[in-house]
Amino acid sequence: MSDRPIYLDYQATTPCDPRVLQVMLPYFTEEFGNPHSRSHAYGWRAEEVVEEARLKVAHLIHADPKAVIFTSGATESNNLAIKGVAHFYKAQKDHIVTCATEHKCVLDSCRHLEQEGFKVTYLPVNSQGIIDLKQLEEAITDRTSLVSIMAVNNEIGVIQPLAEIGKICRAKGVFFHTDAAQAVGKIPIDVDAMNIDLLSISGHKIYGPKGVGALYVRRKPRVRLTSLITGGGQERGMRSGTLSPPLCVGLGEACAIAEAEMASESARLTALRDRFYKTIQAELDEVYLNGDLEHRIPGNLNLSFAFVEGEGLMMGMKDLAVSSGSACTSASLEPSYVLKALGVEEDMAHTSLRIGFGRFTTEAEVDTAAKKIIQEVKRLREMSPLWDMHRDGVDIKSIQWAHH
Amino acid sequence: MAYSTKVIDHYENPRNVGTLDAKDTAVGTGLVGAPACGDVMKLQIKVNDNGVIEDAKFKTFGCGSAIASSSLVTEWIKGKTLEEAGAIKNTVIAQHLSLPPVKLHCSMLAEDAIKAAINDYQLKKSA
Amino acid sequence: MIYLDYNASTPLRPQAKDAMAEVLEWTGNPSSPHGAGRRLRAVIDEARKTISDFTGAQRVVFTSGGTEANAFVLNHFAKGPLLVSSLEHDSMLKNAVNPYIVPSTKEGVIDLNALDKQLTSFTSPGLLSMMLVNNETGIIQPVQEAARLARSRGWRVHTDGIQAIGHVPLSLETLGVDFMTLSAHKCGGPIGIGALVMREETHLNPLIRGGGQEYGMRSGTLSAPLAAGFGMALRASLKDDLTALATFQQQIEENLPDAIIYGKQAPRVANTVCLGMPGVPIELQLMAFDLKGIAVGAGAACSSGTMKPSHVLVAMGCSQQEAQSALRVSMGWNTKGSDIDAFIKGWKEIYAKPSLKEAS
Repeated sequence: MSDRPIYLDYQATTPCDPRVLQVMLPYFTEEFGNPHSRSHAYGWRAEEVVEEARLKVAHLIHADPKAVIFTSGATESNNLAIKGVAHFYKAQKDHIVTCATEHKCVLDSCRHLEQEGFKVTYLPVNSQGIIDLKQLEEAITDRTSLVSIMAVNNEIGVIQPLAEIGKICRAKGVFFHTDAAQAVGKIPIDVDAMNIDLLSISGHKIYGPKGVGALYVRRKPRVRLTSLITGGGQERGMRSGTLSPPLCVGLGEACAIAEAEMASESARLTALRDRFYKTIQAELDEVYLNGDLEHRIPGNLNLSFAFVEGEGLMMGMKDLAVSSGSACTSASLEPSYVLKALGVEEDMAHTSLRIGFGRFTTEAEVDTAAKKIIQEVKRLREMSPLWDMHRDGVDIKSIQWAHH
Repeated sequence: MAYSTKVIDHYENPRNVGTLDAKDTAVGTGLVGAPACGDVMKLQIKVNDNGVIEDAKFKTFGCGSAIASSSLVTEWIKGKTLEEAGAIKNTVIAQHLSLPPVKLHCSMLAEDAIKAAINDYQLKKSA
Repeated sequence: MIYLDYNASTPLRPQAKDAMAEVLEWTGNPSSPHGAGRRLRAVIDEARKTISDFTGAQRVVFTSGGTEANAFVLNHFAKGPLLVSSLEHDSMLKNAVNPYIVPSTKEGVIDLNALDKQLTSFTSPGLLSMMLVNNETGIIQPVQEAARLARSRGWRVHTDGIQAIGHVPLSLETLGVDFMTLSAHKCGGPIGIGALVMREETHLNPLIRGGGQEYGMRSGTLSAPLAAGFGMALRASLKDDLTALATFQQQIEENLPDAIIYGKQAPRVANTVCLGMPGVPIELQLMAFDLKGIAVGAGAACSSGTMKPSHVLVAMGCSQQEAQSALRVSMGWNTKGSDIDAFIKGWKEIYAKPSLKEAS
């Protein structure tokens, strides 16, 4: 591992846990049946293991296994939940409430619905990244079919008040969907206690394989949706297509491990994160944390290193895999819309790095990473005209910059 | 995004990082870009009596390509007359560094920085 | 256990397994700009290139499988008109909104004369979708001819090529089609990945929106191991011994004179035999084969839970009763002569048991 970069991008994806991989592998080869083949033992066995996996997924979120359907990933789950509910209830209801810091796939699904004539309310967040419950309550009308608020933000790791949101939604009689790709296995989730009606899960964000996810769709009271992919009628008719036993088994195992180790892993990651953050703060001035620290998953930090541009900083750290902005959009040069929604000024958004810690991060890696970041930030600040101005007491905002 | 070896070289070993005395009448200072856009370049030139640039320094806030573009032009303009330096086109910078299309703005900014520094020097002279 | 249900799902090929095993160990998100991400992206792009070389496609959009690829193309052409053959897989028939059905002949191929008439009855062109090889009977459909008719009237043509991989050349140019659906697990790759390939650099409306992966047409994080397995399986499928499969097919048909062989008059791929056991309901046949340790298929895998008569055989003019007694044997890269011998022996034994026959 020593020649490989230190991986600190656990919100983009997580490595598949070797224990998960080991359980999955036989289902690629020896036990290769199509779980929908009802005519022979290969099919029955495949169906059996898929159902066992479904049980494990359901257990992690305290759900009825019958209410869990497998998908190709959280992106599909989110598309299916939002467009599916909107389309099914469109005769009576044509309004969706979501939030400005949602994952791209939620926002894109909503924009698409707007083009079809639906109305969408995008709730703002406060400077800590959290929505205002009163605004949520006011946004819901008798035309609202769905509220979709993510459980944990992928860029800043901030946790939304799920139980409170669920309570409001239930009282108002609207369905509550939450994109829990970054939350499941990291914070306790109970779909009943939190009144969650739909919940999206991703395999590869919880040390499972890529290419699989799940959607929880409540049965009592029943949530109905129009499916995106129809055909063989698998997954209670909500999602057709052959299920992959190895991928489902992988997701199930990942959920079981996450459930068993959540408490100890949280404690370990919190300690690692605090150690990292303290080292940075001790060595560098003008470093700002984006998003709330208290309501945050343990494995995330999003820091603005003022006066140093994020992409330039990343280039200096070839031996660290971190991310500036979200993985899905970092190919473009726009500063992160999530940080913008928090009210982080554009110049500061350009200096941000997302640092994600996870199951395989070691203390030694954290120390090396902190040292490297400190060294590079110092080097680049010496090269930065803005750092000079700051030291000379020039207010950068007082300068008339020519925007291009 | 894969960077060219020339960009990496300039990023890792930037030439002529530093500051010249902005109050010196022989020094011209150009400050272009904006923090909100993710890049700011400060380019300074020191011009001798024959109108030749005898020293150049830069500081840049930006990505690797922006740092490399400014580092490269400080090398190029040293020893050139103001007229020669002012004629450097962004396309030549981009080509030399093999910048991908999404990074072309870095080379434009470097060209702007040279022009701004020359302009500042000439303004001071005529004042 | 003898596995003769390759058309439902093909066992993973060793080449695909090896390719996947390596990539499964790698960390990273293929959309991330850092080194870990780039390495995975290279794997996906290599698989993309294999598929594109294989089909001559200008664009290859990966999906979660064949069903999604079918839903994706149909969603774009949902405004219609849509012409869909009566022999299609459920994933086509159910995703199509208000489709017009192209009938088939008694031989089990799409009726080109009827198609020609249908095409002339529309004032504006739409999409024609038909499978290249039928999954139940193995019959090769006259896609080239149908596509020529459709395209001459400005229609776009889509074909579900899933069961044709390794058996029929998949050149989009030669077939004259615009879009083709492929699935990895029907050619010895992993379940969970498929593709919609496009002859030109077309943009179709996405079914799944988000991060804008796959040219903005299919969002979601792609699995590099699945893509690697897909690419390797496709490559390996080109080297399959089709002569051996044809021999197996012939052996089954010649050694079971009492069986009704469906689709014998039509051009067929070598790996599939659809055969009826007169008077014995399919449920009993399956149970008896299972006791003998032989896995075979009945109708389309996706609807086989319900044991309803095959719509394909009904479309070919079989009675409901006949259509309900049809069994599908499908073979592939790991099928051995001894598997076929065991099947033939088993079939004869089951047929000889008077207790299984319906009192009719």
